[in-house]
Amino acid sequence: MTTSKSKPLPGTLEVGEPVTTSTRRWRIRLKGLVLPVAIIVLLEIVVRIGWIPSYQMPAPSDVALTIRDLAEGALWKHISASLLRVLGGFAIGATLALVFAAWVGLSREAEAYLEPTFAGLRSIPSLAWVPLLLLWLGIGETSKVVLIAIGAFFPVYLNGVAAIRGIDRKLVEVGQMYGFSRRRLTLRILLPAALPGLFTGLRSGLSLSWMFLVAAELIAATKGLGYLLSDGRETSRPDIVLAAIIVLAVLGKLSDGVLAGLEKRFLAWRDTFTGQGREG
Amino acid sequence: MTELLLDIHVERKAFAATTVLQNVRLQLQAREIVSLLGPSGCGKSTLLRIVAGLEKDFSGKLQRAPGAVAFVFQEPRLMPWLTVEQNIGFSDDRHYDKAWVTQLIEEVGLKGFADALPKSLSGGMAQRVAIARGLYSRPQTLLLDEPFSAVDAFTRMKLQDLLLQLAEHHAIALLLVTHDVDEALYLSNRVLVMGNRPGNIRQELHVNLPQPRDRRDPELARLKAEALTALHLAHVI
Repeated sequence: MTTSKSKPLPGTLEVGEPVTTSTRRWRIRLKGLVLPVAIIVLLEIVVRIGWIPSYQMPAPSDVALTIRDLAEGALWKHISASLLRVLGGFAIGATLALVFAAWVGLSREAEAYLEPTFAGLRSIPSLAWVPLLLLWLGIGETSKVVLIAIGAFFPVYLNGVAAIRGIDRKLVEVGQMYGFSRRRLTLRILLPAALPGLFTGLRSGLSLSWMFLVAAELIAATKGLGYLLSDGRETSRPDIVLAAIIVLAVLGKLSDGVLAGLEKRFLAWRDTFTGQGREG
Repeated sequence: MTELLLDIHVERKAFAATTVLQNVRLQLQAREIVSLLGPSGCGKSTLLRIVAGLEKDFSGKLQRAPGAVAFVFQEPRLMPWLTVEQNIGFSDDRHYDKAWVTQLIEEVGLKGFADALPKSLSGGMAQRVAIARGLYSRPQTLLLDEPFSAVDAFTRMKLQDLLLQLAEHHAIALLLVTHDVDEALYLSNRVLVMGNRPGNIRQELHVNLPQPRDRRDPELARLKAEALTALHLAHVI
């Protein structure tokens, strides 16, 4: 588990000094911080000495202050509004996608009926739905949630179908040998075997959900992080825009982290997942 | 001892326009060990799959005595997300007989690996688990499709001895597909030499040697020569 992301360092650097894996891991993390910290420091200096006007690019410390101010006021309202929309839209889109993926994946008949339609719908850039959704559903919550659901649907659906169709026929045959019913076959073999692909789909569906959230909230919203973005632009407050961007990044990373954690937990059996086992 | 477990007569089995099996008759007695020996493509695996019920589209007649038949595939085919124990009890979902599984794990020499995942097993160990999974349903007949073809020669010999022990201990009959002449002769009471296009049984060799056998037994060498002659006459070597 702990070695999944660490790359071996060149051994010649630490001669005579034993390096444990945890200090090695921290060194890699520190290396990852070098570039962002350098950029922040550079920006701070450049803005403070006046090379860039602060109404265009606020100093990083100002952005931090803005985030603190927002956190004492309206930020939580915006975060909860956005989070609810994303979770709602993602839940609806991903659930529908899983149902259709299972249906199309398991039945040639369903594939023949449904797949051409989905292929056609998929070729519509999802943002093209925005005007129609606004016309049909108004500018309320429904249109936003539906747009996010559309965005989440296709990655989950596509990966789901591919995952089911990629299941090793030989494992399915074991179930047939035991005379498993279709339901038992699905629960005992097909679902676990398709799980890696399903997780890939869910994770990309979730990241698209955040993208469509911003699109929906930029167009019409009175609260939410997208609203914060457009509000910052209209009031010429780049610090607010940057604050909203940072919060979006943090939320996106956290929500993806939840799925990644689940993935790691459920898919620990994968031979490719941790590389070398403990016993080698 | 002379209870008939299996009686199959395949008049014809074809994939598209190609006839793979024609007029094959095979009987298996209780506790008997029979090998189907032949080259790739002679239909021996197909015959085994027909016996197992995995292949239903053929003309002919299949009679099986009541009682479980289990199948060990060429590859272990373990569910990678289940532990060794769960894989062995796979046919009973989560309510498998734990004591029986534990006994089987010991019998196949994997004590201590009950909670291991398949990814941490070697090829030979994985095949031991597959055999234990086959035995779990207490079959009277175990069907094996080239079960040791993917392991090295030394592991193969060990697994052959293990298989013989288990067959003896659990009083089960084995029907084994192989392309290894030595393996067929070392394990079996009868070796059925199959030929190609269409696949059918060209010769039956009786190995009248008691178990356990000595791999260096001159009688095995004599029978090997006979089997090779039969294979030669069948134009497969």
